[in-house]
Amino acid sequence: MNLLELKSLKVAYGGINAVKGVDLRVGAGEMVALIGANGAGKTSTLKAICGMLHHGGRVLYRGEDVSNQPSHELVARGLAMVPEGRGVFGRLTVAENLEMGAYIRRDARAIRDDMDHVYKLFPRLAERRRQTAGTLSGGEQQMLAIGRALMSQPKLLLLDEPSMGLAPMMVEKIFEVVRQVSAEGVTVLLVEQNAKLALEAANRGYVMESGEITLTDDARALLDNPQVRQAYLGE
Amino acid sequence: MIAPFAARFKHWKRDRRALWVGYAMIAVALAVLPFLVDNTLGRTWVRVIDFALIYAMLALGLNIVVGFAGLLDLGYIAFYAVGAYTWALLASPQFGLHLPFWLILPIGFVAAGFFGVLLGAPTLRLRGDYLAIVTLGFGEIVRIFLNNLDHPVNITNGPIGINLIDPVMIGGVSLTKTHEILGIEFSGTHIYYYLLLLLVMATIFVCVRLEDSRLGRAWIAIREDETAAQAMGINTRNVKLLAFAMGASFGGIAGGLFSSFQGFVSPESFILLESIMVLCMVVLGGMGHVAGVVLGTFLLAVLPEVLRHGASPVQQQLFGKVILDPESLRMMLFGLALILVMLLRPSGLWPSPIRRREFADAKADS
Repeated sequence: MNLLELKSLKVAYGGINAVKGVDLRVGAGEMVALIGANGAGKTSTLKAICGMLHHGGRVLYRGEDVSNQPSHELVARGLAMVPEGRGVFGRLTVAENLEMGAYIRRDARAIRDDMDHVYKLFPRLAERRRQTAGTLSGGEQQMLAIGRALMSQPKLLLLDEPSMGLAPMMVEKIFEVVRQVSAEGVTVLLVEQNAKLALEAANRGYVMESGEITLTDDARALLDNPQVRQAYLGE
Repeated sequence: MIAPFAARFKHWKRDRRALWVGYAMIAVALAVLPFLVDNTLGRTWVRVIDFALIYAMLALGLNIVVGFAGLLDLGYIAFYAVGAYTWALLASPQFGLHLPFWLILPIGFVAAGFFGVLLGAPTLRLRGDYLAIVTLGFGEIVRIFLNNLDHPVNITNGPIGINLIDPVMIGGVSLTKTHEILGIEFSGTHIYYYLLLLLVMATIFVCVRLEDSRLGRAWIAIREDETAAQAMGINTRNVKLLAFAMGASFGGIAGGLFSSFQGFVSPESFILLESIMVLCMVVLGGMGHVAGVVLGTFLLAVLPEVLRHGASPVQQQLFGKVILDPESLRMMLFGLALILVMLLRPSGLWPSPIRRREFADAKADS
């Protein structure tokens, strides 16, 4: 079953077409990577899915048409987004950020449990739970952004460039957790410039170039694809 | 949020008795305050306190918009005007209407709230300075309307204003007249003190509960990062409109009471300077912190009066004549005090914990 399906999704800023009819599907439980160079339209695609950008074409979520629905309604239906550049609440503490992630929920006890779960996934956050998010390092902020998104109990997690601007060691750690989250049954759509890392983690992949999907295959196959190797893996 | 609230509650349990004694003492002090002031300083000062209470309601309302939701509103006095004129039009010889207060007050509340949404709706996408300019314009538009609505059809009496406005009446008894209850003489100023005190306490109660509510958290999220707030599942549009509407409603109630207390309103009372004054109360006291805002209000509402009344006698004593006109001295010292507070305590005299962090961050960044 497809959890998410895009049917000729289009996004335009003024006269510029950033996304020119993208077809994409994410099956329940899958991790799918959307890779491509800077400016290929990956972030626009994600923003359109979660209702932050007006778009043409159709977005189907769990079989229902959710095109152009406001994001707060989508969050309530289990679609969570970790925005590019993390977007944590810098002046709130780590714990308060996580509480904010559970905004749509009212089950206080389960929220507690989920918070403990996030702290288990990211022990670093547990150490810093009383610290304001603005004082965290970039990697820790990324951890917090992912943890906060998990607090809404998402069925589908949209990750926008989780590796951006992070030290290689930190990137490894983040991806480890993304894999773990995926193993726990959360469906993940991952947007990345770091194609190697993304394809190593994902089940399937889509390659995006100037607003269009140019290639799609199993992640393994894409890693072995000479075109991909040349364009995105620097060989 | 959840955790600190629980901690606070535990703390309460431990010294509940001390707390109740404290509350009782504050209650007694507030109850005898007007008599104390009346007998030592004179009736004028009870009036000053009455006005301070009206300002407190205004400042607490503005604090919802500016302090909680982080939306800079420079035209807030417009909602005060809406409330004041609602009362004036529905309870004065102007249209021959004399509705009872329990009907006008809710009408003023709703009317001001409606105007709040009217201002909020077109400004949803604006932030910071842009929002400030639009709200400033809105405040002026309302005032100018009131000033000119005496033709072609006379509604507001224009710059002359509306006179002979009904006071609050309970069972045919006017609250602005002197009454004797249990052998104690209560003047209208005294009775209004208690009425206003009651309303300010109700406002404080609502504000404190709001701060700890889901809505309060949504406002914090919007103030900190609107896009991230959206990603948390917060309906940013509705939550912002609610901030405008709720803040405006409190302004409307304050306006109605102002109208009934004075017995007279004119557009002059709703100039830009008034908006700025209320904003100063919020900022000086501590944006987003209910107790701080009340403190700021009383300082800014009472201190200028102290200067107004005290400046001449002190100069007489020191120099034998009045060198500086008390009115200009008052504004000068007022400005100086504001500058000093902003330099020395930029987050306000009594800031909320989160705001204190914000300013600490700003300092660390620069």
